Amino acid sequence: MTIAVLNRRNLLAAGGSVLVTGVSGLLFPARAQGLAPTLSMQGGSNNYRAGAPTVDRIGKGGFWMSGTVRRAGDGAPLVGQRIQIWAHTTEGREHEPQSHGATLTDKNGAFRLEMPQIIPVFGQPHGHLAYDSGEFKTVFLRPVMRSAKDTSLEAHFVLQPV
Amino acid sequence: MILIWLALAAAVCVPIAAAAASPLLAWRDPVYILACFSGIVALGLMLVQPLLIAGYLPGLAAYRGRRTHLWTGGALVVAVVIHVGGLWITSPPDMIDALLFSSPTPFSPWGVIAMWAIFSVALFAALRRRLGVRPRTWRIGHTLLAIVIVVGSVVHGILIEGTMETISKAVLCALVLAATIKVMTDLKVWRRRAKLREESIARQ
Repeated sequence: MTIAVLNRRNLLAAGGSVLVTGVSGLLFPARAQGLAPTLSMQGGSNNYRAGAPTVDRIGKGGFWMSGTVRRAGDGAPLVGQRIQIWAHTTEGREHEPQSHGATLTDKNGAFRLEMPQIIPVFGQPHGHLAYDSGEFKTVFLRPVMRSAKDTSLEAHFVLQPV
Repeated sequence: MILIWLALAAAVCVPIAAAAASPLLAWRDPVYILACFSGIVALGLMLVQPLLIAGYLPGLAAYRGRRTHLWTGGALVVAVVIHVGGLWITSPPDMIDALLFSSPTPFSPWGVIAMWAIFSVALFAALRRRLGVRPRTWRIGHTLLAIVIVVGSVVHGILIEGTMETISKAVLCALVLAATIKVMTDLKVWRRRAKLREESIARQ
């Protein structure tokens, strides 16, 4: 049996605690541990090719991979960071050189690279992204598309200084 | 009589035909395609296996059904080896992840467990005479492994987003499950043989 426990005492206690956490969050936004670094995902580094060239577009394009790169702790956007992107697409398999390309983050720490349409492979429509430049700890991501028909995918990095 | 064979052929061939029409095939190379289809064939063989052992297939009752069950079992092992081998050639790191249970895809461990269960049954079947395994031990062992194989394979198949068409895949998986449950209850695999014999004598 469940009984409704919405009496005045509970309401005050709950409201009070919400108020306390909310206000303290506003007063000390990046306090405590701050923004936690992104962990590499399982299988993220599969078929990675170190040193893939920076490109304006991978292949003929049609699909957009985008995201942001921020610093762990204070969350500051990281400018000019190199992110490598690769996937199994309509134009090539995951390990093939033409399926790989890198791009740099802009002044807001954002990146965006056009690439061919991602095709489900090994049972999931997914892409791969890597930060592997040395200044921060290496991170490999492997985001999965909600639908194989999607024409864009996002992945976000929070990097931890080495 | 012929209807049973027609229905079985449809249950196995329709999903294969539907997968052959998959648009994904355009972007896959022959080894990968071979690996995909041997997985589908393996699922189809899994529907035939219980029907054979129970003698439900016309013309393949009793002894002949059991002999064929052995051969189909061997074919199942070959299909799984081609499936895993083909995927290994296609993307070694992804296959290694799957085999080591460190894959990001939720369906991989189900398939790997089913694979080991298939290999175990085959090995067990090949060695049971030599090892002197009692028939009842063999029957119960094989049944338990068969449950692992069927459940593992069905979950593996359903969770994959690949060449198989969704509805025909779901129907084939449901049929495999249904055939397994039906045969296991009909054969009363958990009973002692002596008791079964008594019952069948009593029925006559």
